[in-house]
Amino acid sequence: MSTNSLGSADGNIEPVSEATRAEARAASEGGGHGDHGGHGHGHDDHVHPAPSNFLTRYIFSTDHKIIGIQFLFSGLLFFILGGLLALAVRWQLAWPWSRVPILSTIMEGEWKTGGQMPPEFYNKLFTMHATVMIFFVIIPLLTGAFGNFLIPLMIGARDMAFPKLNMLSYWFMWPAFILMLQSFVVEGGAAEAGWTSYPLLALFRWATPGSLNGQTLWLMSLLFAGVSSMMGSINYITTILMLRAPGMKLFRMPMTVWALFITALLQAFALPVLTSALVMQLLDRTVGTNFFTPVAWSVANQPGPVGGGQTILWQHLFWFYSHPAVYIMILPAMGIVSDVISTFSRKPLFGYKPMVFAIAGIAFLGFIVWGHHMFQSGMNPALGATFMLSTMMIALPSAIKTFNWIGTLWSGSIHFTTPMLFAIGFVSMFVIGGLSGIFMAATPVDMHIHDTYFIVGHIHYVLFGGSTFGIFAAIYYWFPKMFGRMMDERLGKIHFVLTFIFFNGTFFLMHIIGMHGHPRRIATPYEYEFLNRPGIHFMNEFMTVNALLLGASQLIVVYNFVVSLFAGPRASENPWRANTLEWATASPPPHYNFLKIPTVYHAAYEYSVPGVEEDYLPQTRPLPPASQQMVLEPARG
Amino acid sequence: MWNFPILPESASSVAPDYDFAFWYEVAVGVFFTLFVLVLVLGLANRYRRGRQVDRSHPPTHSLKLEALWIGVPLVIAMSMFGISAVLYIKQFSPPGDAVEIPVVGKQWMWKLQHPEGKKEINELHLPVGQAVRLKMISQDVIHSFFIPAFRVKQDVLPGRYTEMWFRPTKIGRYRLFCTEYCGTDHSVMGGWVEVMSQADYERWLATEQAGESLVEEGRRLFVLNHCAGCHGENATVQAPRLEGVYGRPVPIQVGDRVEFVQADDRYIRDSILLPKSQVVAGYQPIMPSYQGQLSEEDLLKIIAYIKAIGNRPAPGPAAQPQYDADRGIQPAVEVPGYDVDKPPGATLLPEQTR
Repeated sequence: MSTNSLGSADGNIEPVSEATRAEARAASEGGGHGDHGGHGHGHDDHVHPAPSNFLTRYIFSTDHKIIGIQFLFSGLLFFILGGLLALAVRWQLAWPWSRVPILSTIMEGEWKTGGQMPPEFYNKLFTMHATVMIFFVIIPLLTGAFGNFLIPLMIGARDMAFPKLNMLSYWFMWPAFILMLQSFVVEGGAAEAGWTSYPLLALFRWATPGSLNGQTLWLMSLLFAGVSSMMGSINYITTILMLRAPGMKLFRMPMTVWALFITALLQAFALPVLTSALVMQLLDRTVGTNFFTPVAWSVANQPGPVGGGQTILWQHLFWFYSHPAVYIMILPAMGIVSDVISTFSRKPLFGYKPMVFAIAGIAFLGFIVWGHHMFQSGMNPALGATFMLSTMMIALPSAIKTFNWIGTLWSGSIHFTTPMLFAIGFVSMFVIGGLSGIFMAATPVDMHIHDTYFIVGHIHYVLFGGSTFGIFAAIYYWFPKMFGRMMDERLGKIHFVLTFIFFNGTFFLMHIIGMHGHPRRIATPYEYEFLNRPGIHFMNEFMTVNALLLGASQLIVVYNFVVSLFAGPRASENPWRANTLEWATASPPPHYNFLKIPTVYHAAYEYSVPGVEEDYLPQTRPLPPASQQMVLEPARG
Repeated sequence: MWNFPILPESASSVAPDYDFAFWYEVAVGVFFTLFVLVLVLGLANRYRRGRQVDRSHPPTHSLKLEALWIGVPLVIAMSMFGISAVLYIKQFSPPGDAVEIPVVGKQWMWKLQHPEGKKEINELHLPVGQAVRLKMISQDVIHSFFIPAFRVKQDVLPGRYTEMWFRPTKIGRYRLFCTEYCGTDHSVMGGWVEVMSQADYERWLATEQAGESLVEEGRRLFVLNHCAGCHGENATVQAPRLEGVYGRPVPIQVGDRVEFVQADDRYIRDSILLPKSQVVAGYQPIMPSYQGQLSEEDLLKIIAYIKAIGNRPAPGPAAQPQYDADRGIQPAVEVPGYDVDKPPGATLLPEQTR
């Protein structure tokens, strides 16, 4: 390794020469085979080699990149589980009480119903689908996988501020995983009080079979997941505030980092409330406290224990976390999409500062809108009207975001790569998910559609059309950086087109049947005459067929992912010709990320700068003097 | 196949207003969805790579544009807020002539009783045009009372009364069901609202099971459960009289101070079940708890009775509280079958709930 290049402080020369890059790449690959290739860097005080021990290098690793990839893999595995649970839900809705392929054969002995799914099992399916997707897939993928992998790389740090805490944050997910999976096999089965777990359904053993033991495991599992998220948040906040590379001012950070930063703040403030609520419910269930049992409560006309709590209290505490949780699940995707759209439009992000303030605004409003989940709970109408107003205000920052993405496309030179397609898909679908949200914001309108399929449609437009499209964009975009290989573009585009079509086919009609009064969380929709119509039957079957095809389309990305992981073409350092710092180091980056910590000269969005030969200008290269007058610091907008 | 309306029939007085607000939001939603879609597709096509278009001076920011796309949504959001707030107030202001019907939800059925005494399960017969106020409580987990055709929905909570009102405007049979997920058979916890003409309703009310009225049943329970022994006219125990109490402020002893509490349904329910929690000033906390002795239906009946006598004038000064150290501390009438030390257990095995 050349000490000359390490000592070079001249910004006009690329800090890392081609030779050292190749060396670094060789070092990181050599280490991959378990030999001592990583030891070559010992003479540099600032650069530490990757541990050569397999266990500390890949399993109990403190390297943010490895931890990010660990989160990615476990998240994607649970994505498969969550998806299969959803398909079983859809099967029951389209063809109620018919044999479910495979599932019925496996569960025949357990159910003793000749292959028919019992209603309790259906209730477990939707409860666990939501729980797994929210707590084990979307949050860990966005904050755990991409937060971990990207934050140090994008701000020019060698690792997180607290690497050991970071490792713990991943390994605290495992008790959560194990407890949740174990809950499927305990007596009574997995929790089935809905992912919202409202007491008293979740509290008492008699209320529902899943509240026998499964609910206790559910609570403990989420406690572990919460601790994991909390460790991550503290780490992200500290890292972003303390470890930015020289020149990386706050308003030069890429939107992805901004979004992850604000998300970490959201988590840090909201999670303690969920944690305490979970502990309260756990105590109610196990040691007989009365946080959520109502005053002088009795069941089935029989004397019961004297409760002194409030059933509604859980809903307040739960939604105080879980509404911000919706933003925890969408804000990082918004950041990712902003970066992807700017990169592939070859154009600066439109209105960078308003975009940052809009994210902050959404996060702030996220704390004062939780009541809109509880309009029917019997709250004082004056309070309800306040929540209605604050919820409607979310339209404003959301509009800023949407129109600024559109403004970014304007006059760009748009490259339709797979990540770009998913990002554009995100913008269009997020608009539908956002606009259907105003139906819930307006209290009187919410009265009719609350707890109907309209809500299910809305949340899936936000979490699938939004968050999941964002996750796909991120996977296709950063796969080369993560694994040093390219994914197949053609398969990626096919995957996008099929996902986009079947996604809409699955979820759009939910709005229509919801308006018609189709309730959510019911195992037999056709009990009710006004739903037992050919039109509703057709729509439910159509949605299920689309859901099955949507599931099948994901096999393409699984295939693409696995094959590219081992046999994809080698990725160059900067295959997308992007500006942000992670592209200024090798693919995959060495253990220490940057041989020399880069110096940052400008914001992340200097594309197509006049006077620069290429249509991009990495943050590590200063603006050419000739163009300095012409280039508008996006920060000014 | 497609011959069903997107929204269910509108059969209540708030439904037309609801439908207006709803379709207004649909119009806004569809417009902006299409607007964004056209913009995205149009721009993506116009500025796709390789196409020869004018790309000089690409905009990177514009305060004017930002102001535009903050301002327009703000105006629309405010108009929605206005429309919704008016409707919201309407939804929560029951008219004075509303008939109160108690509703008890349990896994997995609805039990209702008309003021005239007629009981129903999973059915509600109503005369057209008559405003109805449902006073609802759950016996176990949270339920929610939903009538799509009326555009009304209200959670039904354990241990706390919630209210909902509507005025049916069309004769017909409408579905009602539970929309708060409540366990195994949640999906079949439903029923019917049958809206009839006034004459039909009266005929229906007159046939079969024409027992006592709700208030009369409440009075009987009031005597049967020995409430009258202390709170009645000939009581020997020092207890407040309940005539003229309902709906008025009641003085409550809190430490050295006296606070006033509105004697509403909640207060009366709590006083029956947790009598020592809010004791009327000047009285001793001697009343035993009726927790476990009275079902939610019985409580609703007793409350109906106390409400009915709430309109009677309060008894004269003779019955006003006079503290008597000798009599004040003696225990109230024993409640038969109630063992303070060993209340019968409430836990049901899961098999029994099925």
